[in-house]
Amino acid sequence: MIIQALLFLSGAISILTTIGIVYELGKESLHFFTQRNWEQTNRTLEVSLGVEDGFFPVGSSGFNLEEGDLIKIDDEIMMIELASKDQIHVLRAQQNTSPAVHKRGSELFLSSQVTLREFFTGIKWNPQIGEFGIWPLLNATLIVSLIAMMVSLPLGLSIAIFLSEYATIKARKTIKPILEVLSGIPTVVYGYFALTFMTPLLKLILGSRVVEVYNMASAGIVVGILIIPLVSSMSEDALSAVPRSLREAAYGLGSTKLETALKVVVPAATSGIVAAFIVAISRAVGETMVVALAAGAGPNFTFNPFKPAETMTGHIVRISGGDLSYDSIDYNSIFAIGLFLFFITLGLNFVSQRVVRRFREVYE
Amino acid sequence: MKDTKLLDTSKYVTNLPSRHRQGKVWQRIFFASTFVGIAALGVLLLNIVNSAFGYVAVKNTINPEDLAINKVPIEQLHQTDLVYILKNNLSDGLIRRLESEEDWEDRTREEIYDLVFDRVIEPKVVDTWSLFDSIFNKDNITATLQGKYPEAELQFRSWVSSDFLVNPQSPDPEIAGVRTAILGSLWTIGITILFSFPLGVGAAIYLEEYATETPLNRLIQTNINNLAGVPSIIYGMLGLAIFVRAMESFTSGTLFGLADQTTANGRTIISAGMTLGLLVLPLIIINAQEAIKAVPKSLRQASFGMGATKWQTVWHHVLPNALPGILTGAILAISRAIGETAPLVVVGASTFITFDPKSPFSKFTTLPIQIWQWTARPQDEFRNIAAAAILVLLGLLLSLNAAAIFLRNRYSTRD
Repeated sequence: MIIQALLFLSGAISILTTIGIVYELGKESLHFFTQRNWEQTNRTLEVSLGVEDGFFPVGSSGFNLEEGDLIKIDDEIMMIELASKDQIHVLRAQQNTSPAVHKRGSELFLSSQVTLREFFTGIKWNPQIGEFGIWPLLNATLIVSLIAMMVSLPLGLSIAIFLSEYATIKARKTIKPILEVLSGIPTVVYGYFALTFMTPLLKLILGSRVVEVYNMASAGIVVGILIIPLVSSMSEDALSAVPRSLREAAYGLGSTKLETALKVVVPAATSGIVAAFIVAISRAVGETMVVALAAGAGPNFTFNPFKPAETMTGHIVRISGGDLSYDSIDYNSIFAIGLFLFFITLGLNFVSQRVVRRFREVYE
Repeated sequence: MKDTKLLDTSKYVTNLPSRHRQGKVWQRIFFASTFVGIAALGVLLLNIVNSAFGYVAVKNTINPEDLAINKVPIEQLHQTDLVYILKNNLSDGLIRRLESEEDWEDRTREEIYDLVFDRVIEPKVVDTWSLFDSIFNKDNITATLQGKYPEAELQFRSWVSSDFLVNPQSPDPEIAGVRTAILGSLWTIGITILFSFPLGVGAAIYLEEYATETPLNRLIQTNINNLAGVPSIIYGMLGLAIFVRAMESFTSGTLFGLADQTTANGRTIISAGMTLGLLVLPLIIINAQEAIKAVPKSLRQASFGMGATKWQTVWHHVLPNALPGILTGAILAISRAIGETAPLVVVGASTFITFDPKSPFSKFTTLPIQIWQWTARPQDEFRNIAAAAILVLLGLLLSLNAAAIFLRNRYSTRD
């Protein structure tokens, strides 16, 4: 009984891991979305304030102040009731702060909060000046993944068809281990490859004016190479699972080898192949070291694949590479990105499992 | 009467050559794709070897002939003369530091000669060439050498060397080595194995031998399959939040009074090892499950028939039979962990430390982290040592895989 309980606990660790991921990422993301940041407004008090004053001039230059905004002077937080160009009415002592005397020349700080809407629609990411739009990072992730898919899907599927339909047993036995070696090489090595081989190669072909030192295309192609073994081995499993009788029936009707492969075997294995593709996309989205090394540092909202742009994973690595202090805006922001990334990959994996279950053709 | 043909075959005959042609073309495409896949591996490896070896131009900061005293070359100078040269050419601060390390009288002549060589003559690499250039373009290299660095000397250099393996990390690429990184990797992997192997095998035994069809058990199974697809960087963030931050007093060692004075925070080997442990846990479980599944049912029934309890059956019959499979799977999972970079960056691997890790509570760096750091630098020499470090890492992985094959063969021939 005790042994069984212990064994069960080892199994339960996996559940705890998932809960841990969701809880920790969720907690820090919640911080990220609820924390107030005080931004400088470049406006100062033009008079000294007593404890009860609720109406005062603030100068006409600087940030725009609007009704309903929270402002902070020294340690006191106030809510703006009415605002004109250079004067404001406020409710004093908001958010559990107490009213105090403020000297002339004290600075006004404006409250800002990251909203979900800003996060998912903004096209600028710069935590230092309060810009939190995920799009530059997401866009780079999508472009890199798209390029990777354009490389790995055709190549991976072709290799799978070759191995399962054309190759002799001997050829298969030599080629499969080679592809396994390819999938066993650490990703940081692929990063080195992208930077020292693929980028110079692209520059040679397209000219160094078009291609920059760090660019998404080079990272994408190498990520594609990296996931070829994944696509080919999963697809090949699906193709090999198609029963021999189907192929023989096709031959019996006079099909050529190619027609049998493309019109009978591949359609019969569609569910497995699609699942392989989806898993490959999820792998490309989560791939980190190649993009961290080759795709460039700094968020950049661009659709030109030969320009540098930082992906979500690349950004997390760069930010956490330095000495990251806890509860800073950078710390919380990478957790929000991480949570988003987690849901993307989890969703993709879930879809792939559903595809297999829903569309699998069962042959008896 | 009309000619009654059952089938008009002419139509089928005419398109046959084109169908065959199409088949040929596509077969070539499929073959070419396979070739591209294999070629990619070849190019990848060649590219690394290309940077890890090659000619370098070495230039001495001071010409050794200028150091000769009374026309006696430094190779034949006496110890006291060598010390005199050192004192003449090095800054007072450096001399004092060297003296405080060890007195001149206590050092051997070779040691002092080495010091003169390293510090005064100070050979510096001024230019490097790749292996391909070195082999096919030697004339060009010698021409550049005479044009640009007339005083420099051409040497063939292998960036992977015994010095590279035993030297600690250094800001100077010529003397930097991977000793700290290798030790860091081994420590981290040690912790990973201790943490994930018992847990993984335990979970696999539970799921295969004990678990009944309850919703909870099904949830555990799906959950494990899903965890295997979570990007590794997410595990890094989990490690950062839980091991580094929430369990800081444990992972920094302060709980046991073992904290490393230089760090005293949770960014330690044990945090890294446990993070990687969580990362490979699903892989170990899935592989171990396969191995346990492959043990024939008859074996269990025979054991039960002899009156053995469930645990006795598992411990004495199922596990020994599944062990080769479990070990192979575990070693493959461990090789994955050794190559992981991203989670360790997030957990907080140090990018520059020169001393060896002493306990699980030390700061650490690992081989992949080192490769990442060196690759990210713009200077050519760092690219060279990054390539050399990659070769070391691949060597380590290769020996691990060889160990996996050896273990599998050894255990499977025993019974």
